[in-house]
Amino acid sequence: MSDAYEVVIGLEVHAQLRTRSKMFCGCSTAFGAPPNTQTCPVCQGMPGTLPVINRRAVEFGIKTALAINCTVNADNRFARKHYYYPDMPKNYQISQYEEPLAEHGYLDIEVAGASRRIGIQRLHLEEDVGKLVHEGSLETAQSSQVDFNRAGVPLMEIVSMPDMRTPEEAAAYLKSLRAIVVYLDVCDGNMEEGSLRCDANISLRRPGAKEYGTKVEIKNMNSFRNVQHAIEYEIKRQARALDSGERIVQETRLWDPDKGHTVSMRSKEFAHDYRYFPEPDLPPLDVASAWIEQVRATLPELPAARRQRFTKVYALSAYDADVATQSKGLADYFEAAATGSANPKTVANWVLNEVLRVVPPDDEKAIAACPVRPADLAGLIALIEDGTISGRMAKDVFEKMLASGESARAIVDREGLVQVADTVVLSTVVGTVLSTYPKAVQDYKAGNKPSLGFLVGQVMKSTSGKANPAVVNSLLIEQIEKLPKV
Amino acid sequence: MLTRLTIHELGARFRRGEATPSQATREYLDRITSFDPQVKAYLARTSEAARKQAAESDARFETKKPIGLLDGIPLALKDVFCTRGVETTCGSKILKGYLPPYDATVVTRLRAAGAVLLGKLNMDEFAMGSSTENSAFFTTRNPWDLSRVPGGSSGGSAAAVAADLAAATLGTDTGGSIRQPAAFCGTVGLKPTYGRVSRFGLIAFASSLDQVGPFGKDVADAALMLQTIAGLDPMDSTSAPMPVPDYAAALSRGVKGLKVGIPDEYFIEGLDPEVEAAVRAAIATLEDLGAQTQRVSLPHTEYGLAAYYVIAPAEASSNLARYDGVKYGLRVPGARDVIDMYSRTRGAGFGDEVKRRVMLGTYALSAGYYDAYYGKAQKVRTLVLRDFRRAFELVDVIVAPTTPSVAFKLGERADPLQMYLNDVFTIPVNLAGLPGLSMPGGFTRTGLPIGLQMIGKAFDEATLLRTAKAYEAATPWRERKPELVA
Repeated sequence: MSDAYEVVIGLEVHAQLRTRSKMFCGCSTAFGAPPNTQTCPVCQGMPGTLPVINRRAVEFGIKTALAINCTVNADNRFARKHYYYPDMPKNYQISQYEEPLAEHGYLDIEVAGASRRIGIQRLHLEEDVGKLVHEGSLETAQSSQVDFNRAGVPLMEIVSMPDMRTPEEAAAYLKSLRAIVVYLDVCDGNMEEGSLRCDANISLRRPGAKEYGTKVEIKNMNSFRNVQHAIEYEIKRQARALDSGERIVQETRLWDPDKGHTVSMRSKEFAHDYRYFPEPDLPPLDVASAWIEQVRATLPELPAARRQRFTKVYALSAYDADVATQSKGLADYFEAAATGSANPKTVANWVLNEVLRVVPPDDEKAIAACPVRPADLAGLIALIEDGTISGRMAKDVFEKMLASGESARAIVDREGLVQVADTVVLSTVVGTVLSTYPKAVQDYKAGNKPSLGFLVGQVMKSTSGKANPAVVNSLLIEQIEKLPKV
Repeated sequence: MLTRLTIHELGARFRRGEATPSQATREYLDRITSFDPQVKAYLARTSEAARKQAAESDARFETKKPIGLLDGIPLALKDVFCTRGVETTCGSKILKGYLPPYDATVVTRLRAAGAVLLGKLNMDEFAMGSSTENSAFFTTRNPWDLSRVPGGSSGGSAAAVAADLAAATLGTDTGGSIRQPAAFCGTVGLKPTYGRVSRFGLIAFASSLDQVGPFGKDVADAALMLQTIAGLDPMDSTSAPMPVPDYAAALSRGVKGLKVGIPDEYFIEGLDPEVEAAVRAAIATLEDLGAQTQRVSLPHTEYGLAAYYVIAPAEASSNLARYDGVKYGLRVPGARDVIDMYSRTRGAGFGDEVKRRVMLGTYALSAGYYDAYYGKAQKVRTLVLRDFRRAFELVDVIVAPTTPSVAFKLGERADPLQMYLNDVFTIPVNLAGLPGLSMPGGFTRTGLPIGLQMIGKAFDEATLLRTAKAYEAATPWRERKPELVA
């Protein structure tokens, strides 16, 4: 990336709200039903139908607005946004334009240990469109079919200020915003299924310049990685163009994750005129301050506050606390396992090293489906702490727990995995090992300390790993001391 | 002849056992067969369903358990209302063959009241017009003079009542579409306050102006029809949560002491002298009945027409965007791609007046023109409303002509602007969202009906009906019927 330019990034995030019914009718929002089974005259745009605002969707919007420090507008209203596309039943989308639900917020993010405040311009509500299913590929299809199941699903659009300066900041902002909507339980945050979508506006300018450069909008980035890569690519593309004296065209470009580049979709020079005007079928939406306060009272602890609490209450490092709060599911998992544990730090190590080895930190579904439940992990750690099994044994038990979903206690009992700490039993084994490996004994006596590790290993091997390593250690040293040096 | 009777008279015969709903329905269907070929009020008849509904009603009367005053009464609907499984075209080729999957709320309410539905009535395409000459199918004739128009857009609804082809009908009024045809056909037509009656299932023309209302043979019938259809509907967010008063009880209160306003701006150059004379005579009659009359001023009246012809087309351009050939109604085959399909379908499916208004509205909402047109028109709308509010600080009801002239000849107003001027006295009432009523206020020397308009305060239909009832009782106009020869 050329340092000759300052990068300016703004993000538009669309989040599908987890309401049971659609934005303006009673149809179900469940994902994956057979085409057009979750539709009615209203969301099919039949003549004569009228929209009715989903109160719960508004509540979700208010909740999110409060969490990202926005001012909720007491008077806000819906507007019609017009363009023709077969997946849009009315050929206009009911959205919000001049009077959005909320405005003027911010989100604090952390990148490379430094905190940055990203402004949020607005949050508004709208309805999703349907889906086109092409017979064959888009190029060869003889016909296309429309599935209106998604048409009318509530969407919340959150528009940031152009405050981000690097792809890393953009990714951090998106992660942070995602964590918030998932914490609030207003969106499932699934980028692959499209319940969370992100468009980026990117422009470059000379450092110190007052005016923004011409911006380009990037669409179709359905993962955090894609967002970061697409922005990185687009910055390079624009810098190269500017370096060679070209003019940046204001346009929308699509990210192609397979080819790793962006391609022009439509030029703003032929841009749609959306002909927005206030939706006459809906009266202005009155959001009484009492309602806002009611919603505020239901706000759960948000990621930033939780992160801070984890460092205080559980004595986690800033880094560990950050990882542990990346998603609500993971933080809940950690807390459930840590509650009642004498050593939360150990629990954190297990969660961050072992659990995250098998589930992605931001995949709420995978975390919820992890076969090792928090209580079982706590049980496993308790078995280490009371000396029943060694840490090494515990790793094996954990693998078995993952495979079978059983509790640690059940596995330990069935397989007789109780560690041997009996000095009488272990003394005999130690004696045998010492007489089998005299060279190692002499090496140790000569000052080669690592030889002891070898001897410990042999004892463990003879006991099939069940020996208590600490007891073995002290028995070995004790008996070696008694042996003569040759 | 049961078809000559009002709803109240017919219902009384049913209750006394002197006639049955089936007899009345048969007489109406026979009369439609004999006379509708001349009048051409009906787009579609639902004879079989009507006979079945009548038979069910017969049974209720036999067991002395009629639902109410509308039970067994043969009614008909403007083809703007969605009727489940019954073709609903809105007077347009683009909806030819369209079978709605649901009933409009007003239709549900009429059905629930036991009414018999005879069929669907002709109208100007998408309710855009003042003569039914814009119907895609045929022009309805004025029963008083078959060479003249019945008015519009609810011309079929007015003509059907005037020619005794239905006991009462429903229409819609966006800029005068109930009152103007009521005036031309010599019936009572009532446009209620915006929000008084649900618009759910009414195919939208201009959402912020459209309102459903009845046509009746007399004032009491119009009151009964309103009583049945009025009131909050959860499916229409713009319907008002206001209690619906007992309109029948209001009818007999007379006008003694009532303050009646006469607006200066409605007695202007271009007003037919015969119309003016009739309205002045009506005012004198009201004074004789004890009303106190006074002049009032509605200074922004002259700007109403211009504001209306920005707002209504703007909303129409949006509401009609859904007719694209994708989901229902007409699709012209042979298109190269989807844009071509839209163009061919809309090009062939819409008539000239609809296209004219879609283009006007699209232009008015376009970026760069919005403030100058739509924004400005909304300001005018506010001023028109303020005029009425000020006047209603002084008076209880306003009396004026409904139209500047009586019914004109078919084809006489080929110039759209000449046609628009017809609505100059009705449009301000829609802009202000107020209730308005038109009733027979006399006849010209050549025997054509003259419309008398009454305008009320918001949600005060009761005062309108009471004034109209008092005037009706004091004048002989209701006795006259058009002479149709089979």
